[in-house]
Amino acid sequence: MKSIQELEQIKQRTLQEVNLRKDRKGTRVVVGMATCGIAAGARPVLLAFVEEVQKRNLQDITVTQTGCVGVCRLEPIVEVYKPGEEKVTYVKVTPEKAKRIVAEHIVNGQVVTEYTIGAAEK
Amino acid sequence: MEDISLHVLDIIQNSISAGASCVDIAIKEIPADHSLYVMISDNGTGMDSSEAERSLDPFYTTRTTRRVGLGLPLFKAQAEASGGSLEIDTEKGRGTTVMARFDTRSIDCLPLGRMEDTMATLILCHPDIEFRYTHSYYDKCFEFSTQDIKGKLGDLLISDLSVIGWIRKYISENIEKLYGGVASEVDSGT
Repeated sequence: MKSIQELEQIKQRTLQEVNLRKDRKGTRVVVGMATCGIAAGARPVLLAFVEEVQKRNLQDITVTQTGCVGVCRLEPIVEVYKPGEEKVTYVKVTPEKAKRIVAEHIVNGQVVTEYTIGAAEK
Repeated sequence: MEDISLHVLDIIQNSISAGASCVDIAIKEIPADHSLYVMISDNGTGMDSSEAERSLDPFYTTRTTRRVGLGLPLFKAQAEASGGSLEIDTEKGRGTTVMARFDTRSIDCLPLGRMEDTMATLILCHPDIEFRYTHSYYDKCFEFSTQDIKGKLGDLLISDLSVIGWIRKYISENIEKLYGGVASEVDSGT
């Protein structure tokens, strides 16, 4: 059972880690969350990224939302911005694909080409 | 949309676009009356009466007024499909309240879905907005407010993933408890 006291422990533990990661530019994961994205399953995708990043205890990763990206038929759409690299747009993302994107792209630096918008639009 | 919690997530995007700093979400379940009420109230820019009317028209949507589109019409259609209704109470400069009633007897009534996931998503993506969540089931009530949590966190951001994980579980367990779920046995002295 989650208690408010537990928050205090999380606070102590995390603040120590946060101090270490200040001033470093990290990777941003942006999920499209307009009506089209939500209806296509953007919320479980966003939460899958959150869970995977937390499970692997990855630092400097921001997971956030944006509005409609403009290609509603390819939702859920996820954009990954790594510092110094070009933006990668993934389409029709599922929680399973999200896990692979974290492992292969965010951790190992290998873009999962088959899930990108380029592959989908061929 | 698969469930009501996804509609709530969608409708609150309107509140955010309207510049709200505070969003109240209330779920009220009265199974004896076959009613499930959803109320979303914000302190955003609000709408004048003609805007409010057009916000329910799915075919009224332009690039410049993006906070109207399919979100509200879809939510209204779902409420009405169950035999319920949707109302908007709004005033320019004051904010907007969207109130929907679902009739839980209808086979077309959507399930509530995972409100904890909707709340966690909102708080993660909009840590500067204060969210208040109230969920009542008969006379039992669970309240959650980001303002309270922030007070406990000090320098730690509410959008920190460890906090988001905690919030998700905390809300989920407390909703279970409303329904008389397994979590209630943890209460000491009852």
